Parts: sequence; structure tokens; C-alpha cells
Amino acid sequence: MVGAIRRLGALVINGVWQLGFMARFFWLILVYSGQSFTRIHLTVRELYFSGVMSLLIILVSGLFVGLVLGLQGYETLQRYGASDSLGTLVALSLVRELGPVVAGLLFASRAGSAVTAEIGLMKVTEQLKAMDMMAVSPIARVVAPRFWGGVVSMPLLAALFSAMGVFGGWLIGVVVIGVDDGAFWAQMQDAVDFQYDVLNGVIKSCVFGVAVALIAVFEGYDCVPTAEGVSRAITRTVVSSALAILALDFVMTSFMFRG
Amino acid sequence: MSEPLVRLENVRFAYGERAILRDISLSIPRGKVVAIMGGSGCGKTTLLRLIGGQERAVAGRVMVDGEDVGRLGREALYALRRRMGMLFQFGALFTDMSVFDNVAFPLREHTDLPAELINDLVLMKLHAVGLRGAARLMPGELSGGMARRVALARTIALDPMLLMYDEPFTGLDPISLGVIGQLIRRLNDALGASSVIVTHDIQESLQIVDYIYFISEGRVAAEGTPEAIRNSTDPFVHQFVHAEADGPVPFHYPAGDYATALVGGAA
Repeated sequence: MVGAIRRLGALVINGVWQLGFMARFFWLILVYSGQSFTRIHLTVRELYFSGVMSLLIILVSGLFVGLVLGLQGYETLQRYGASDSLGTLVALSLVRELGPVVAGLLFASRAGSAVTAEIGLMKVTEQLKAMDMMAVSPIARVVAPRFWGGVVSMPLLAALFSAMGVFGGWLIGVVVIGVDDGAFWAQMQDAVDFQYDVLNGVIKSCVFGVAVALIAVFEGYDCVPTAEGVSRAITRTVVSSALAILALDFVMTSFMFRG
Repeated sequence: MSEPLVRLENVRFAYGERAILRDISLSIPRGKVVAIMGGSGCGKTTLLRLIGGQERAVAGRVMVDGEDVGRLGREALYALRRRMGMLFQFGALFTDMSVFDNVAFPLREHTDLPAELINDLVLMKLHAVGLRGAARLMPGELSGGMARRVALARTIALDPMLLMYDEPFTGLDPISLGVIGQLIRRLNDALGASSVIVTHDIQESLQIVDYIYFISEGRVAAEGTPEAIRNSTDPFVHQFVHAEADGPVPFHYPAGDYATALVGGAA
């Protein structure tokens, strides 16, 4: 019994300590960001690796999600004779929720895990220590560019995901099923508000970008420098990012869309 | 005699409860190559980390060129590190950069030299380690010995006053081992630098260093010139130099009575 309480206490203390360490790490990233922006090519390179290299999975997934939304949405809407509202349903689902959330989850598994693995392996092979011994801060040179690369990529990828999803919904609804083309777009244009729907979606994706990028660089930097340590860090990145995205999504949705 | 470049005064260091260095005092004179030797896990690498300011001593002082490393702030420590070079055990080359870019890295980070001059300097450093022809290769294409020579070129890129080598001979074939040994000596003399080599390769070290410290159980167990070490009658030094399995450093990890453990069934 005492052992269990002790373990629980240790778990809580460890969790709080880890959170504090992460906050301090986040602060250091912000402090060193100025230095890393003076070498902007480093951040551009990370934008390429995190953003451009994730394009394929984001676009293909967006298309499939849109196709499924089109099929499911039409099936439900036609029961109520509202199949013309398919465009609205597809667009709102995507820009408000599915775009930021699913793109965030995919981004965490594709780019987040890669960033953790790269930084973790640099730690294992003593590259970070070597850099530090050369009087070059690894946070400025390695961590900050990867963090900003993720933060900037994420909203752009979410936007592309949503756009591709809408296209998928149109493809299945209008081209395959035969919903009226004009009604599809007109209803969508009428119902989707830029500030209320689109902007809130963009804010969500920006927050997810910060969360995923921070978790990815932190887990890499903090990992135990062994093969097993890196593998655990990658797992933690994917799991923690997914949980953070879903929890943050709930919190933000409850503030943004209260009816 | 001038003030030594590095001086450790009664240094104590522990990871949590586990004491690594108990009371170490030693010095590295200017212009000399000094080896720090001892069994695996005796705290040799920790010593280098203390000199480089990556760890701070629990007690005692680590002085480098007149500065107390343990008391330096981040800026001052980074300023000091620009005058130090450290060669890591397996080179620690940046795997996403070519050999050329690895050597150019400290120059690009710390100087505003024009690209042509950096190009010339990098080629000179690579030439010094015999790898000018490998400038365009990636670290993954190099053998272990070559990678360490490239790392050595990178270490000397800014002409440091102090060169630190962490197990530079580990895992090398005899030819590469000899090459690295000669390079350490030649570069030290050519640059007018001082060098610390942390190693357990006694035979190679005896050929190239000026002075040797033996560390055991967190203390300096023996010290002397290579000549004195070869002729030493100290049981610890004798065991180390002649690679004997048992002696002052026991073969067995401390354990309870063997017979009792076998009969009682407990370790």
C-alpha cells in the first residue's frame, strides 16, 4: 500500500518536474530563436523536411477523408431531403475539426517522429555535445529551426488537407452521385463564415503546430542516449502529440463554438 | 616555469550519490601532451568534461588558462571553449554535412571570413590530417580511422590552445592507431598547443606523450614520464603496463564469500 502511494507520488512529481523542464526548454527555444533566424536557411531547410516532405500523406489523406465525408454526408442528408447542403457539411467538418485535427495527427506521426529521431540520434552520436563544446548552442542551431519549421508547416498543411477534403467531397457528391454543382458551392459559400469557421480552424492548427513541434524537439533532446531511449522517445512523441492535439481541440472547441 | 595551462586542485565529483572523482589534483603544462589513464569507468572522461565545463566539480577548482571553469557564466564559458578543441570517442561528425562542411563548421560559426579564405583554411586542415582528397565525401562513407582524422581537422579548425582527446585510439586498426597517435603529437607541436589524452591504450601513449597520470578509485594512483612509468615498480602501474588480469585492480567485482554463495544458493 505504502509502495503504491510512493510510486504514485513519484509519478506525479516526475510529471510535474518534466512539465517544468519542458516549459524552461520552450523558453530557451524562444530566447535562441533570434540567433537561429539570423541563419534563416536552417529553418527553410526544416520547413522543407517537415512541410514539403509531408505533403504527399497530407494531400492523399485529405482526399480520402473528403471522399468518405461526401459518401457518408450524402447518405445521411438525403434522408432529410437536404442533399444540396452536402457542400456545407463537408466544408464545415473539415475547416473546423477534421482539417486541423487529422492533419495534426498525421503531422505528428510523419514529421514529429522524424524530428525526434534525428535529434535523438544526434544526441546518441555525441553531435550535440560536440556542437556545445565548439561553443555553438545546439538549441539555437538544431532545436529552434526544427521547432519553427514545424510551427509554420502545420497550419499550411492543415489548410491543404481541408482544401483537398473539400475537393474529395465535391468529387464524390457532384461528379459521382450527381448533387447539383451550383447548390454544392453556393450553400458552402453561404454557410461558412470566414472568421467564425475558417479563422478558428487556423488558430487550432497553429496551436497544434506549436504543441507537436515542441513535443517532438523536447523528446529528442531529452531522450536517453541509447537505441532503446530513442525508440521510446519517438513513441512518446507520437502518443503525447496525439493526446495533446485531442485534449487541446476539446478545450479550444468549447471556447470557440459554444453556439 | 610558466603557469600550467590546466590545473585541477582537489577536485571532487559525483553523479548523485555515486562518487566518481574523490580528490584529484593534476596539471597540464603548456606545450605538453599529457595522458590520463585508468580502467574503464574510473572517471577519465568525466575529467575532460570538467575541464571543458560540461560538468561542474562538487568541490575543488578546475583552472584553465587562469580561469575557474566552474564559476564561468554561459557567455564566458563559450568564449573559453572557442580556444579549446575536443575530439570525441567516435568523432561525432555531423552526419548531414560533408567532410568539408564539418571542418568549415566552427569557422563559419565563429568568424566572418570570406568563403575563399574558409575554403583555403579547410583544405589546409584536411591536408594536415591527410584527407584533402576526401573533402566532398559524407561522414557515412568514411572508415572509423578516417572519421576520427576528419574530426581532428575540425577540432583544430580554430587553432585551439588546448586539445582534448576522449579515447582517440578505441576501435582502430594498428595503422590508423599509429597515424592518429603521430597526428596528435605533430599537431600539438605545430600549433604550440597543449593536449590531454584520455585513454587506456598504454603502449601507444608511452610513445607519444610527455607525462602520464594514472587514475584509480577517483584518485591519482601514479604519475610520471613515460620512461619512469616503464620502469615503475608500483604494483598498480606494473599491472596496467603489463596488462595483468589480477593485481591491485582485482579481477573479481566485489562479492560475498564464494563458498557461502554456492551452498546457500544466493549471489
